[in-house]
Amino acid sequence: MHLVLFLIFGAVCVGAAINLLVQKHPINSALSLIVVMGSLAVLYLLLGAEFVAAVQVIVYAGAVMVLFVFVIMLLNAGEEEVLPHSSRVAIVLGVPGLILGLAVGIWVVARYAGFDRIAIGGPRVLSGSEGFGNPSSVAKLLFRDYLLPFEVTSVLVLIAILGAVVLARREE
Amino acid sequence: MTIGTYILVSIIKIVIAMLVLLTGVAYTTLAERKVVAHIQNRWGPSRVGPFGVWQPLADGLKFIFKEDVTPPFVYRPLYLLAPVLSLTMALTAIAVIPVGPWVSVGSVHTPLQIADVNIGLLVILGLTSIGVYGVALAGWSSNSKYSMLGSLRASAQMVSYEIALGLSLVGVLIYSGSFSLRDIVMAQSGTFLGFIPKWNIFTGQFIAFFIYIMAAYAETNRIPFDLPEAETELVAGYHTEYSSMKFAMFFMAEYANMFTVACLASVLFLGGWLGPVFGPPLLQAVLPVVWFVLKVLAFIFIYIWVRGTLPRFRYDQLMAFGWKFLFPLAIANIMVTALVVALR
Amino acid sequence: MVPLSYYLVLSAVLFACGVTGFLIKRNIITIFMSIELMLNAVNLTFVAFAAELRALSGNVFVFFVMVVAAAEAAVGLAIIISVFRTRETLNVDRVNLLKL
Repeated sequence: MHLVLFLIFGAVCVGAAINLLVQKHPINSALSLIVVMGSLAVLYLLLGAEFVAAVQVIVYAGAVMVLFVFVIMLLNAGEEEVLPHSSRVAIVLGVPGLILGLAVGIWVVARYAGFDRIAIGGPRVLSGSEGFGNPSSVAKLLFRDYLLPFEVTSVLVLIAILGAVVLARREE
Repeated sequence: MTIGTYILVSIIKIVIAMLVLLTGVAYTTLAERKVVAHIQNRWGPSRVGPFGVWQPLADGLKFIFKEDVTPPFVYRPLYLLAPVLSLTMALTAIAVIPVGPWVSVGSVHTPLQIADVNIGLLVILGLTSIGVYGVALAGWSSNSKYSMLGSLRASAQMVSYEIALGLSLVGVLIYSGSFSLRDIVMAQSGTFLGFIPKWNIFTGQFIAFFIYIMAAYAETNRIPFDLPEAETELVAGYHTEYSSMKFAMFFMAEYANMFTVACLASVLFLGGWLGPVFGPPLLQAVLPVVWFVLKVLAFIFIYIWVRGTLPRFRYDQLMAFGWKFLFPLAIANIMVTALVVALR
Repeated sequence: MVPLSYYLVLSAVLFACGVTGFLIKRNIITIFMSIELMLNAVNLTFVAFAAELRALSGNVFVFFVMVVAAAEAAVGLAIIISVFRTRETLNVDRVNLLKL
């Protein structure tokens, strides 16, 4: 069951990622990226990380991508033009080559490192998994062991807000 | 219970929920027109059936038979996707809302909720976040300046008030200790002094309740926050170029969102299905659902009442209200609630 | 059920798509979206290992990656808006005034 769901949503992920590369208009690429994030949220659910899945949908797909869509709408970005000095052969051969090369490399590494022997989603994860991935256990870790990075990221977000407001302001 | 029984029971629950929700949405339109009419000292729809009862049916038939005009200059894929997205997200939210306690029908013991996930509240917040895309893409794909402006304003408003909405719910979470809506309702059981129920609105989340109500009115684009779709402002805002069934889908999505907000408010702040339960066992099984429905209807009535009474905010007043008043107030509410709970 | 290497391969494929998008696309916003795709691929690796080794630190780290990605997206888009105001184009090849 987990395998079937993984294959379906993995295929959706990869399909949407390739669609992002293939589309000419940035709004289509943005929508493909939202599909990627949605299917990744489902994969996080399969991996038992339900809080991360919810945060992925709320923050990443529901706020960051809205920002992207707003900017594309505001700037009225048109279709992309391919300038004459980009080589089509390089793109047609190089893109699948890169993807395939990286996939094969990871596969080989994983086989040799023995990651294939242990399967995720088996009975070991399901039993006693009430405490794994649910908000209170993640929160315990976040607010005790990782309190300093948490506070630092809040300062980072404040700096980002100030920077974005200053940069995007019209010079009056 | 076996997987087959579980699937069958879930399908039955989904069908019942969809029927009730869609009928409720249709009759909310009638209720709105009649209540607003009575506020304005007139009758409202009263011709089509006794007290205008068949008016929603007539409206539905009208929508189906209207000519579906798709302007030639729209960006077709997104134009068709936007109402579907809005309606899907609005209707899916009913899946995690608990209507009643566990019931036993024959040999099947099941909760009155389609999906009792332990992150129920986050699911609803996530669906609201994705619902913004329906509005944004509708306006952009329509390729007309009214739609574009209306949708930019509407989505900016929705995104801003989502923050106040989420933060107002954190106070309730701190009290209940769980994201699951069923656990939040169960944490409100019991009474003070024997007759005042321990609902969250009475045990200190009063301010959170009002922040939630105001943020929810802004999220669902209702008066007093409905500038993006006011007829006197921007023709019809982001759904200017939509006609017939697609417009009906936006319309239904707005009312379904109202329903979700009302259900969520009654679950989080008014104790869900909790209320005095008495009588023979059949009455005892039905009474919690009756209390829940009464609370939801009370909310919908308040929604319509506010619509008939208040003028609308100007856009800059609206944004200032969301960012400069509700957001700091929600954070203050969280801090005070956390302090109270920590010192217990 | 699902071996860990399947998740790692999926993550590698997504990362490769992100790198490819970053290298071959000319629209600055699409380049940004490829960066987000790369970050998502890395998030998947973190969560997969967290599930494998039963260590919740993977989930927590995903939060930090998401926060950093959100901050970077906000500032990056603000920069794009100001570049667009002066150069009137979103094509990176045309922002070449410093070229010899």
